[in-house]
Amino acid sequence: MNWPDNGVNAVARRATGSLLQRGLHLDGVLLGLVALLSGLGVIILYSAFGARIEPIQSHLVRLGVGAGGMLVAAQIPPWQLRRIAPWLFGLGVILLVAVLVVGESGGGARRWLDLGIAGFQPSELMKLAVPIMVAWVIARASMPVSLARAAATLLIIAVPVGLIGRQPDLGTAVLVAASGAGVLFLGGIGWRLIAALTALVAAAVPLLWQFGMQDYQRERVLTFLDPTRDPLGAGYNIIQSQIAIGSGGIHGKGWLNGTQAHLEFIPERHTDFVFAVMAEEFGLVGVIGLLLLYLLIMLRGLWIAHEAQDHFSRLLAGGLALTFFVYCFVNVGMVSGLLPVVGLPLPLISYGGSAMVTLLVGFGILMSIHTHRRMWSS
Amino acid sequence: MDLGTLRNTPEERRVVRRRLLIAGVIGALLCLLLATRIAYLQTARHDHFAAQSQDNRVRIASVAPTRGIIHDRNARVLADNQSAFRLTIVPERVDDLNALLDQLDDLIDVSAAERAAFHDARERSRGFQAIPLKRQLSEAAVARIAVNRHRFPGVEVQPHLIRRYPYGSVAAHVIGYVGRISEAELSERSRRDYRGSSVIGKTGLEKAHESRLRGEMGSERVETNALGRPVDVIERDPPTPGEDLTLTLDIGLQRIAEESLGDFRGAIVAMDPRNGAILALASQPGFDPNAISAGLDREAFETLSRDPDQPLYNRAISGRYPPGSLIKPFLGIAGVASGAIDADEEIFSDGTYRLPNVSRVWRDWKREGHGEVDLHKAITESVDSYYYELARRMGIDRMHAWMTRFGFGIDSGLALPGERQGIMPSREWKARTLGESWYPGETINTGIGQGFTLSTPIQLATSTAMLANRGAPVVPHLLAGRPDNADVQPRVEPVRIDDETLWQTSIDAMVDVVHGDNGTARAIGNDLDYRIAGKTGTAQVVGIPQGEEYDEDTLPARHRDHALFTAFAPAASPRLVVTVLVENGSSGSTTAAPMARRVIEAWMNRGEDGSELAR
Repeated sequence: MNWPDNGVNAVARRATGSLLQRGLHLDGVLLGLVALLSGLGVIILYSAFGARIEPIQSHLVRLGVGAGGMLVAAQIPPWQLRRIAPWLFGLGVILLVAVLVVGESGGGARRWLDLGIAGFQPSELMKLAVPIMVAWVIARASMPVSLARAAATLLIIAVPVGLIGRQPDLGTAVLVAASGAGVLFLGGIGWRLIAALTALVAAAVPLLWQFGMQDYQRERVLTFLDPTRDPLGAGYNIIQSQIAIGSGGIHGKGWLNGTQAHLEFIPERHTDFVFAVMAEEFGLVGVIGLLLLYLLIMLRGLWIAHEAQDHFSRLLAGGLALTFFVYCFVNVGMVSGLLPVVGLPLPLISYGGSAMVTLLVGFGILMSIHTHRRMWSS
Repeated sequence: MDLGTLRNTPEERRVVRRRLLIAGVIGALLCLLLATRIAYLQTARHDHFAAQSQDNRVRIASVAPTRGIIHDRNARVLADNQSAFRLTIVPERVDDLNALLDQLDDLIDVSAAERAAFHDARERSRGFQAIPLKRQLSEAAVARIAVNRHRFPGVEVQPHLIRRYPYGSVAAHVIGYVGRISEAELSERSRRDYRGSSVIGKTGLEKAHESRLRGEMGSERVETNALGRPVDVIERDPPTPGEDLTLTLDIGLQRIAEESLGDFRGAIVAMDPRNGAILALASQPGFDPNAISAGLDREAFETLSRDPDQPLYNRAISGRYPPGSLIKPFLGIAGVASGAIDADEEIFSDGTYRLPNVSRVWRDWKREGHGEVDLHKAITESVDSYYYELARRMGIDRMHAWMTRFGFGIDSGLALPGERQGIMPSREWKARTLGESWYPGETINTGIGQGFTLSTPIQLATSTAMLANRGAPVVPHLLAGRPDNADVQPRVEPVRIDDETLWQTSIDAMVDVVHGDNGTARAIGNDLDYRIAGKTGTAQVVGIPQGEEYDEDTLPARHRDHALFTAFAPAASPRLVVTVLVENGSSGSTTAAPMARRVIEAWMNRGEDGSELAR
């Protein structure tokens, strides 16, 4: 095709590219995907809230705050992150300990620190600090990762995961563990070690069950294995969300028309179970679209890692992309009955402030890694 | 830039890139797994789930607990719950809301205020939620709605409980009332606790003990039809009813205290000095809490809260007044105990008092003066010039220190919302609040409980109980059985004085206030088979200019003096403290003291269960 104004477009594209990339350090592709997903989230949430506008307004405010966080994070070059990695991690651990000692409790768990103006969840900081720290540790030594260094890394991951599990916040603990493990995997630990670790985790499960879990967490796992053992209690969420998804069919019941959602059968329908609302109203078509969007965002993240020009950035970018994907997978998996309910929101769609801000800051770091490349290659 | 440390060997790049590829493939496979799972639910099992969703019948509804009942000390019910019917509308099921409201208006009368409240609530609620239009339907209205129900989809008549106060306005300030919970109140509490209920204690004990009265929310598994309308209850996790409260209050004595105040604005506190149990806590004028709990419309509530007589205001704990001569027995003890004066020392009163280099003249209430005055006479006849001299000798800081020990300027510790702290001034206080230095003349004013000094009736009663107990403090409380707040200690330490007979001297003088030939309250001392120890007080509302006479008849009613009287009985072994404050009552002797006598008599002559107090 030979459009007459092709040259003009190309120039314009290059100009935009340079404004976004050089000026603001943003990655256009990732930004477009994230914006599309967030916009979809607003539409789904509006329905989940029963067509009420005020919560949407506050959701938009939080999106704005998150976008600001993303913009700021994109300006921080990766070598600066690398420099502060141990300090950031240390601060995170101290804050997590502080939460257990003096934190604000809500819903039976201590997760918050009261900062006067706003509550703050140190576990959110850890979603970023752990991959940064693990990337820093691995990138310091030469390849392949030695057994001793792998063990040290596992310890680094275990400390925050244990502290977050104590709050208790199983969902975030799983996510933080996955973010560290993802970096470790990308760092190239041997397959034999991976197999050994998997076996170790499998062996730890009975111990965790016995000593590490709260009653409600055990209940969730049992209910996941057999939702019908308590259909009106703990199994209610799973059964109702599966009815919502299944009754949506291929084309869905239509926006604002989900009976499961609007007759309030789906609990937590604007937070952890928002996916069920979406699947009910938009059907399989909508679900596949959403999953594709998530997959594309992860692939873009992996591509950024592929293109990264130093070991640390590569590991960090890959780790962040994988964390994001684990996030989506765990949430959709639990809502659709593939995984036990661990209490994680659906990224960029669920209502809820601090998790969304963390995610957007993570995307900001990815963009920073991508847009700060030429600056040291030239 | 430390480029040297940013390692990037080809080997490392190769390993990580290979792992990235593997991760990408695994990610895509997991996505496929999710898609497969959901496709299975939405295609193969679609019919199954569509049918389930079609007749999805089980949903969880919250069930509000019944609010605890409040009793007086003789188990008379002061607040309970009455079943009523309310009419609610689910706006999402109504096509034309205004038309529906008009139709309902024809049938059962819907006021403009009810409409406005409904629209308010609708703004705040989310879809598919029932919003109340009328909180109390008459039997006839319930019947009319039932007959016409087919015409009104989305309209429900639901039984619910409303708070009822059988004694109406009696003790309304103490008990308080409940009202619809506001967004602000909801935001500072756990929403879970208030799901399914719409009321919360707004004032008084209803507010102070909200968490105990409320109980625990229950839930129901409700079977519904396809429109979501509940049809049957399958399973019930019953709510835990709120805790009942038994008060120390005697509703009969309370009523007598309120009646004694008549048409005056004022407050009466009756307390057992041995333990601080409040027997009556009256504040007039009052209001009917039933009207408010039934859902007073905004306009009526505004009228009530803007009334210049302030009926919603609990004068007994929130009203601050100059204590006037009520401080004289306390200050007398302070003066002797601190060595400023001897109990037998006589000071001559010629009707005026002056300070060197100050032009102002202070006067006795008796123009010609009282002659030679010792402590006993100073209390009995309420001799101002004795206290002017005593105040000068003590100085403001020593007075402040001593009066604070009796609880002046301190809150009483009564666990009832709205208690205000009085003021016992000092140099430091004046510098802090007014930024001014202290003048000697202000010390003299403070000596007769005027000037900056302010007290609440509850504080005056609590301090009087210390006199009756010869220095032992109490915490006033309203809950019988267990204390309102187990941690609460008396606000002040016991007052110990070296010469124990000083207590008796002061109490004897207070007995002569009521029973002596020259006592300021001798008019109430007749025909009693026990003795009352009391003290009158008359507090200026407006300053009378130098050289002018106070003339009750020419002053506007709201500028007349406040009348005060505090007393305990029997003087020998006190079982009752009564403190009376009458706004613009003119005279403690003639207005306040007779009211106190009526309350004391009612209490002292009551039967075992106080039955003849209540009617």
